[in-house]
Amino acid sequence: MSDGHIIISEEQVAHVARLARLGLDADEQRRLTDQLNTILTYMEQLSEVPTEDVEPTAHVFDLVNVYRADETGRRAGGTSLASQEAALSNAPETEQHFFVVPRIVE
Amino acid sequence: MDYECVIGLEVHAQLLTYSKLFCSCATTFQADPNDQTCPVCLGLPGVLPVLNRQAVELTLRTGLAMQGTVATSNRFARKNYFYPDLPKGYQISQFEEPLIEGGCLNIEIDGTTRQVCLNRIHLEEDAGKSIHGENLADPNKSYVDLNRTGVPLMEIVSAPDLRSPAEARVYLQKLKTVLEYLDVCDGNMEEGSLRCDANVSLRPVGTETLGTRTEIKNLNSFRNVQQAIAYEMERQRGVLENGASVVQETRLFDAARGVTLPMRSKEEAHDYRYFPEPDLVPLQIEPEWIERVRQSIPELPDARRQRFVSQYGLPAYDADVLVASRAMADYFEATVELFPQPKIVSNWVMGDFLRELNQAHHRPDEAPVSPTRLAELLRLIDEGTISGKIAKTVFEDMYRTGKGAGDIVAEQGLVQMSDSDALREVIEQVLAGHPEQLAAYRAGKEKLLGFFVGQTMKATQGKANPAMVNTLLRQLLQ
Repeated sequence: MSDGHIIISEEQVAHVARLARLGLDADEQRRLTDQLNTILTYMEQLSEVPTEDVEPTAHVFDLVNVYRADETGRRAGGTSLASQEAALSNAPETEQHFFVVPRIVE
Repeated sequence: MDYECVIGLEVHAQLLTYSKLFCSCATTFQADPNDQTCPVCLGLPGVLPVLNRQAVELTLRTGLAMQGTVATSNRFARKNYFYPDLPKGYQISQFEEPLIEGGCLNIEIDGTTRQVCLNRIHLEEDAGKSIHGENLADPNKSYVDLNRTGVPLMEIVSAPDLRSPAEARVYLQKLKTVLEYLDVCDGNMEEGSLRCDANVSLRPVGTETLGTRTEIKNLNSFRNVQQAIAYEMERQRGVLENGASVVQETRLFDAARGVTLPMRSKEEAHDYRYFPEPDLVPLQIEPEWIERVRQSIPELPDARRQRFVSQYGLPAYDADVLVASRAMADYFEATVELFPQPKIVSNWVMGDFLRELNQAHHRPDEAPVSPTRLAELLRLIDEGTISGKIAKTVFEDMYRTGKGAGDIVAEQGLVQMSDSDALREVIEQVLAGHPEQLAAYRAGKEKLLGFFVGQTMKATQGKANPAMVNTLLRQLLQ
């Protein structure tokens, strides 16, 4: 149990879970809400740091403009960097070199 | 009540790069499924995206050509949503800070020019492609190909400046032409390198507030854009006239039935939770780069149309047709260079050439008849070697066989008969063979001159020089 401080509600957890297509039962939902509140409460300590004089940052490194040239990979006989076989090797199910998933649209 | 239609288009254009936006995989269309993938675009853990500089360059070129402003500082954002063809669970896109802000595109509607404003142009990666159920195999499964995942897209968002389905279509056609001129996108809607979503709403004429809009997806041809918007306008009018409200939703166009249908709510979860992409550093576009890109912008269709009228003296109509495709305009100019009679070239390019292209589904640069070959044919007509009529058949043969005009004329003996003694002999035979008509002509039925011309052409298999036939006939009939 968290200390009772509510930052994220059970409804919000249910909503985020739905967006991620996670099927949570009532127990899991309650448990995860508690855990998330504990984590978020802990993280809230960060808001105690004075930031008035800190510039907004989009990135932790003081770096801009990192590019690569428009060149394709050089795997012999092909153009991609992973072989098709390697790309599909972790898939639970494949068919004619496609990844197979439950039907998406009706 | 009278309603006004308000339309804004979001166009996704696939950029003409060799490699993907954040990895070195190729962007080739129709490769074997999942053969153009790597740990980065497969979304495997522990990988980092690195931005393709050329994709930025092409977006800058487009933005500058359309008078947009380059944001000197901008960054990428994560757009989070769940879908099997999006392996990372988010799309790297731009949200608050797009590469290009503003801009405009001029379109011609009913002879007047209208300026359509752009809101923004931003850079993002494409998702993969899914094939559903029995279209590949098992009806209960979907099949995912990630070759397209990570291919660079430029999203061009117009302001809600369009007022009719026809205007939307003209805007899209113009946009396609400009992108083609800029060499940033091949514009192939069938292959999905140019895709369009339309935001459509109605409001009472004379009011300024925007009505509730729907977004129509899946518009993969100019015709579909116009049809879908027209249908959606009428549907919304019906809703409003019944006193109900339009529901803000995403709809799909069913081209076979010509209707728009609401997307199932489970496919739709507009809660993207954008946040700055921590794996990519911000961009600060140097002014020198912007200047260099500005210098590289080629002549655009509007300028080229004006030049075709002023430099070649072409009618506005011809100029319009020719510049509608860069390849067609290039073909025309290359031919005029070799045969400097622009109007004659224009007639052939817009007429016989375009007809053959359409029949064969060729692009101008794929045609078996090159500008050099067409110029050769036009010279043969100009020099009187063949008649204009026979030239049309010769052109068809050239297109079919890929042979030169001279070779075809020589092989088939099509050289025009311009020997007056020989022609006189043929005409005398024609007249002798048709005594009744000759008598009728002499009795005043002068319309029969055409008949004699026809018979003479027939007797020479179309090879007689028509001008000479006319002159000689008149002499002999005196």
